Amino acid sequence: MTTLTDPPKGAFRLSMLLNDTRYRSFTFQGIALVLLIVAVAYLANNLMTNLRELGLNISYEFLGSPAGYDINQTLIDYDSQSSNLRAAFVGILNTLLVAFLACITATFFGVIAGVLRLSNNWLVRKLMAVYVEIFRNIPVLIWIIIIFTVLTAVLPGARSYLGEDPEKDLLFGYFALTNRGIYAPAPIWNAGSGVVVAVFIASIIGVFGYRRYATNLLYSTGKLLPMGWPTLALLIVPTVLAFFIMGQPIGLDAPDPLANRFNLRGGIQIGAPLIALWFALSIYTGAFIAENVRAGIQAVSKGQTEAAAALGLRPRRIMNLVVLPQALRVIIPPLISNYLNITKNTSLAIAVGYADITATLGGITLNQTGRAIECVLLLMLFYLVISLGISALMNVYNNAMKMKER
Amino acid sequence: MSDTHSESVAFVRDTFIPEQPAPSSATGVVKWLQDNLFPTWLNGLLTVVSIFVIYKLLASTMPWMLNGLWNTESLAACREVLDGTTGACFSVITERWNQLLFGFKYPQEEYWRPLLAFGLMFVALAPVLFFDLPRKLLIVTALFPFAAYWLIWGGAIYTPLLALAGFVVGYFVYAAFVKGSFATGFFGGIAAALVVWIIGGMLIPEGANDTAMLKAVPSRDLGGFMLNMMLGLTCVSLSVPLGIALALGRQSDLPLIKIICVVFIEFVRGVPLITLLFVANVMLAYFFPPGSGVDLFLRVVIMITMFSAAYIAEVIRGGLAALPKGQYEAADSLGLDYPQAMRLIILPQALKISIPGIVNVAVGLFKDTTLVSVISMFDLVGMIRGPILASTDWNGVYWELFMFASVLFFVVCYGISQYSQWLERRLATDHR
Repeated sequence: MTTLTDPPKGAFRLSMLLNDTRYRSFTFQGIALVLLIVAVAYLANNLMTNLRELGLNISYEFLGSPAGYDINQTLIDYDSQSSNLRAAFVGILNTLLVAFLACITATFFGVIAGVLRLSNNWLVRKLMAVYVEIFRNIPVLIWIIIIFTVLTAVLPGARSYLGEDPEKDLLFGYFALTNRGIYAPAPIWNAGSGVVVAVFIASIIGVFGYRRYATNLLYSTGKLLPMGWPTLALLIVPTVLAFFIMGQPIGLDAPDPLANRFNLRGGIQIGAPLIALWFALSIYTGAFIAENVRAGIQAVSKGQTEAAAALGLRPRRIMNLVVLPQALRVIIPPLISNYLNITKNTSLAIAVGYADITATLGGITLNQTGRAIECVLLLMLFYLVISLGISALMNVYNNAMKMKER
Repeated sequence: MSDTHSESVAFVRDTFIPEQPAPSSATGVVKWLQDNLFPTWLNGLLTVVSIFVIYKLLASTMPWMLNGLWNTESLAACREVLDGTTGACFSVITERWNQLLFGFKYPQEEYWRPLLAFGLMFVALAPVLFFDLPRKLLIVTALFPFAAYWLIWGGAIYTPLLALAGFVVGYFVYAAFVKGSFATGFFGGIAAALVVWIIGGMLIPEGANDTAMLKAVPSRDLGGFMLNMMLGLTCVSLSVPLGIALALGRQSDLPLIKIICVVFIEFVRGVPLITLLFVANVMLAYFFPPGSGVDLFLRVVIMITMFSAAYIAEVIRGGLAALPKGQYEAADSLGLDYPQAMRLIILPQALKISIPGIVNVAVGLFKDTTLVSVISMFDLVGMIRGPILASTDWNGVYWELFMFASVLFFVVCYGISQYSQWLERRLATDHR
């Protein structure tokens, strides 16, 4: 017997718009739509009136005109005659650079601290807990400023490295830590260096090939080939051989204390703002990642480890084959949202004068051209694209890693 | 039978040996040290390294801290007294504590007002944070925003009284109509409150601020840690209801409302807070009617509230999704309509699940209030970087000032997160 009842077939009455669930949703959405349109129209009207009163308009022509300011750290060619658009592009690259660097080091710090927090060594455990709590509970802006201050106020000036008989020697003969940043050697690519690079790339491909061959062999015959040392050997030996056979084509251009009387020349300079931002974001976010890693490892129930041990797996294989794959499923989603946070927090660069997109487009360009609305909108658009892009990647990953339940 | 053994075995013990104390290597300090610090060779190395790190940290900071000066007049005087020895110059804190806490323009003789508001805050928060306290204390909570507004900004008492009257009238109208339908009660309440505010706004006499009991203090004179606290507390408490509305909207069956909420949440979560503060600083004023002159504090509160509302909405959405479907179906089968089901069944449970997440957002937001220093508001960080470090007396006192700021933030944030953990343990109803 079916208990389906037909909906009442009465004529449509106006009161049904409120009382009948079939029509009520249209009423509410209609009201919402009207309210939305009214609100947008009101705001747009205010905007137009205000702009007209101030004699302003919305135009993006300023992007093409010369920026007129210098940027001390650029990845692409730039001078003060370049356009505002190019300045913004320099900013975007700088943002991506520091975000990329900070993501790597934050993961490094976070994984180490997270694993050590679960150590059976009491002292190490407590030390890591102190690290996590201190860094999580103090604003990242304060950390950025503190580290920047340390770099600029405590480190010596470049002058102390200069001259025949300098006050300070270069670190390992190559690095100079100064209050303007770190001077590091830059590689010089001489003739024949292409061969070395090619050999290196080929050996990376070789490593992948070997590992795949070993895995296939294991699955088809059960024969276990060693993985660790052949990988290392394949990576290092051919490249080193090629390097010496070609006659050492890759050199290092170290900072030279004698080239100039006022500053160090040669090598690459990593500015203090970049280092401060990079380091502060890494240890701040590292503390959050440490908590995620700890939670992820603890989320794998002890029975899994014991079951694997009962099957006769060795501790290392238990870690690699049983614990890690399950822990990663818990760790990766918050890890990616931490990467997202790093990317958004790079906007704090403006506090230490690192020329990221917020400092170039949203700072100097905005102040010089007075195009507040356009600049802020472009700025938001950039961050929105990055964030949504990373979120989309995360969704793809989550779907791929979802527990397959049958 | 009993003596067969005495034939075959040389000796049989027939009494228990009295219990011996465990060997010294298995008890007490030695055992603890062995288990916790030196279980293996590698682990022992780790311990030694940690001890070395701790020693280095203490050796470099302790002399500096203990040798610190508390009552000189400037950094130069500090250096003179220290005469080359290492030592901190904490005098900057004893001399400028008022600026660090209240900003440099808040009138000195009125400091008791924010302090009183700060004290009242604990009374007002207590019944919200601890459920065991008598529910009557919630009256203090309800009155607190108006009292705190009046205490901190001063001026005529009419403004907060009128705001309060609007809310009271609105509440009574809501209570009268909510029996019929939630929507009538809700919108009726809003309409009644608006009527009271508009009529009352006409009744307030011109220039009431000049003859007020408490001297009026403009928003731009607020600063220091007080500003961080005010921004944090205001924005979090405003964004919780907004976040609930957004989360419900995102879960809604009505496509239009769902789209509006999704776009809002994803947009706000996709951009950094700093860009929203730029909006507050340079852009938002264009969206208000010409000549309305909304001050920067209010614009910043609007933007930060939107920001944290989007994050809180996502937390609450998680809580809503975590509820078993049976709860929704049970509410339906009881014949409750949507507002009833949400108010009586779904939200109480969903909010309980989301409390730790909300507290996390609140802590993050409180830390992020330091970003207002970038748009030249003088909060704690802004005060340090601006007026204090720029003054000739204290130019160069970095460590002491930032240590002070870090300690203040650490105490508040650590306190809140400890509370959240305590609450999580208390609310845990699943018996695992």
